[in-house]
Amino acid sequence: MTATEPVPVDLSPDGGPLVEVEDLKVWFPIRSGIVLDRHVGDVKAVDGVSLTIRRGETLGLVGESGCGKSTVGRALLRLYEPTAGRIVVNGRDITTLPEKELRPLRRTMQMIFQDPYASLNPRHSVGRLIGEPMRVHGVASRREVDGRVRELLERVGLPRDAVSRYPHEFSGGQRQRIGIARAVALNPDFIVADEPVSALDVSIQAQIINLMESLQDEFELTYLFIAHDLAVVRHISDRIAVMYLGSIVELSPADELYTGPLHPYTISLLSAIPIPDPVVERARRPLLLAGDLPSPANPPSGCRFHTRCPFVQPTRCRDERPELRTLSSGHSVACHWAEEVRAGTIRPHAQEPIFEPGPQPEPYLPPPV
Amino acid sequence: MSATVPAPARRTVEDGAPLLAVEDLRVHFRTERGTVHAVNGISFDIRPGETLGIVGESGCGKSVSSLAIMGLLAANGRVASGRALFDGRDLLPLRDSELRRIRGREIAMIFQDPMTSLNPVMTIGSQIREALQTHFGMERKPADTRATELLDQVGIPSARARLKDYPHQFSGGMRQRAMIAIALACEPRLLIADEPTTALDVTIQAQILELLRALVTDRGTALMLITHDLGVVAGMCERVNVMYGGTIVETGAAEQLFGRPRHPYTLGLLQSVPRLDEARGAKLRPIEGAPRDQLQEPRACPFQPRCRYEVDQSRQELPPLVEIEPGHHVACFNPVPADEWSRSRAVLP
Repeated sequence: MTATEPVPVDLSPDGGPLVEVEDLKVWFPIRSGIVLDRHVGDVKAVDGVSLTIRRGETLGLVGESGCGKSTVGRALLRLYEPTAGRIVVNGRDITTLPEKELRPLRRTMQMIFQDPYASLNPRHSVGRLIGEPMRVHGVASRREVDGRVRELLERVGLPRDAVSRYPHEFSGGQRQRIGIARAVALNPDFIVADEPVSALDVSIQAQIINLMESLQDEFELTYLFIAHDLAVVRHISDRIAVMYLGSIVELSPADELYTGPLHPYTISLLSAIPIPDPVVERARRPLLLAGDLPSPANPPSGCRFHTRCPFVQPTRCRDERPELRTLSSGHSVACHWAEEVRAGTIRPHAQEPIFEPGPQPEPYLPPPV
Repeated sequence: MSATVPAPARRTVEDGAPLLAVEDLRVHFRTERGTVHAVNGISFDIRPGETLGIVGESGCGKSVSSLAIMGLLAANGRVASGRALFDGRDLLPLRDSELRRIRGREIAMIFQDPMTSLNPVMTIGSQIREALQTHFGMERKPADTRATELLDQVGIPSARARLKDYPHQFSGGMRQRAMIAIALACEPRLLIADEPTTALDVTIQAQILELLRALVTDRGTALMLITHDLGVVAGMCERVNVMYGGTIVETGAAEQLFGRPRHPYTLGLLQSVPRLDEARGAKLRPIEGAPRDQLQEPRACPFQPRCRYEVDQSRQELPPLVEIEPGHHVACFNPVPADEWSRSRAVLP
């Protein structure tokens, strides 16, 4: 490389845990009736998630809509109240910390949202949007705030005169830069980025991803990067957790996920993502999944993926919930048959691309002659 | 009243003749800030049974051009010039009553969000029947049978019972299937799919794409697939138009565009997306800047302000689309070298 050698940043895997989550559950009650307001069930958005985020790393969290990935992110910041489980940030258990004691800690934990327009007050100037958190947390005097805001704007690639302008005057990519500037304004340790580039055009996505990467080095940030686009997540993350219907089904080093996925859901997901190359793409066949995501209010018994799994087996899958277990260094999976799937002794069966895993008709057998 | 109008006899298109030929299409919108030049003289054609991809980012004019062809522009939009010859007949000057006989019957369209194109207070069954009754004057009974068949074909289980459902009782993927069933009801010769899978999860997207693929091979329907997703285009399309700022900047066979992109914008798009099948660690090369507003008639290359390859001429005139190799056209005064993309990938760590 040339003169601009990047400053080495300690990204050693044993940087120690910054965030530890144990058996996190976030259930949303379903209520029925106007007068009686009975509690008739729960939407089990997150149902037993355990994970560790190391200092300085980016943990990617992927899954399809409704899998609970955003709920995990918000619960970590106590934007949702956890139903059960434990959240430890920086060695401190924040699971049940009262809001008053939590507030000073919020300085160290920030969030970047998908839709920067919806998360920026349209009546506040950019200067106020970015400066307000600094004043609220008392990290800078009024005079210092102005200078710091200008510095941040320049750092995230916005013009200096942006200070006095309003969110509607900016394009989607620029608004996301404002959201990012606001998130790093307090010098946080930990940032939850919830689909930060999904609403942006591809040429702009790359700008924002590069910006987030360089800010991570500069401010020594730890990211939880939540997105549905596995190619983007794989690019930015050190490790990736794949979620399905409220729980983590696979946790893998980013480099291994594409080459050696272990969980049948991950395998199907990867096979379904189109690759922008007609030569590669024409040689691939997606492993189609049957049906839609089941309702998290009434999740299937046993392995939650068994209703759609192309590798489903007659035993265990339907009645025994698989635990996340480590198969090789740093790579865990929640599947009873992961070894057999990996070894190729269990093959996917062909599935009709239907939408509801209803009862299948008996195969027609010709009568014996 | 239209029940007695016989369906127009279908002429078969001669071998090789395009099914739809668009020539010099220009679309303008009147807005408070002035006239927006949304589409600035695009020409392309699509042959029977062919899948044509149209890629580009928000505001590049990809959706507007198809809406213009179908006579579905918003009230402030207007076709400023051009022709859209469908089977030799220009659609653009047609009155709405004449277009109505072509829309749905000959050219069907499916959109990104099926919930906004399905009528929420009509059952799925009656929406499919409506198409059959309008265009073929079918009776209720046979229309019902046909509707069941159609739902069955697009892979909705227990189709007969599902006819009585309302759109909200369907999931996103099922709604898009129902939309496709309606679009197929009249066996159109051209299907325009505008971001048909953008609102869907990838596993559901794979199901829908498989369905569209089968449709093209089994029935020979021509498919115009409008999308921002380069991966979807790579897997589905034989030919691709890349649009930027209301113009086609590059067009060619999918292998040409993805293998040897010659327009700096196409190259930029390919360099900005991370690929699953490649080693990690390389930095993405975004396209700097943002598209400009289109309040002025383009007099220079629309991509020039963001371009790494700009030359003096790019600032002075609009580059014409010229053939750079057989079937591969590019609108650029300083095209990217043919091997640039493969070389830039080879140096990745």
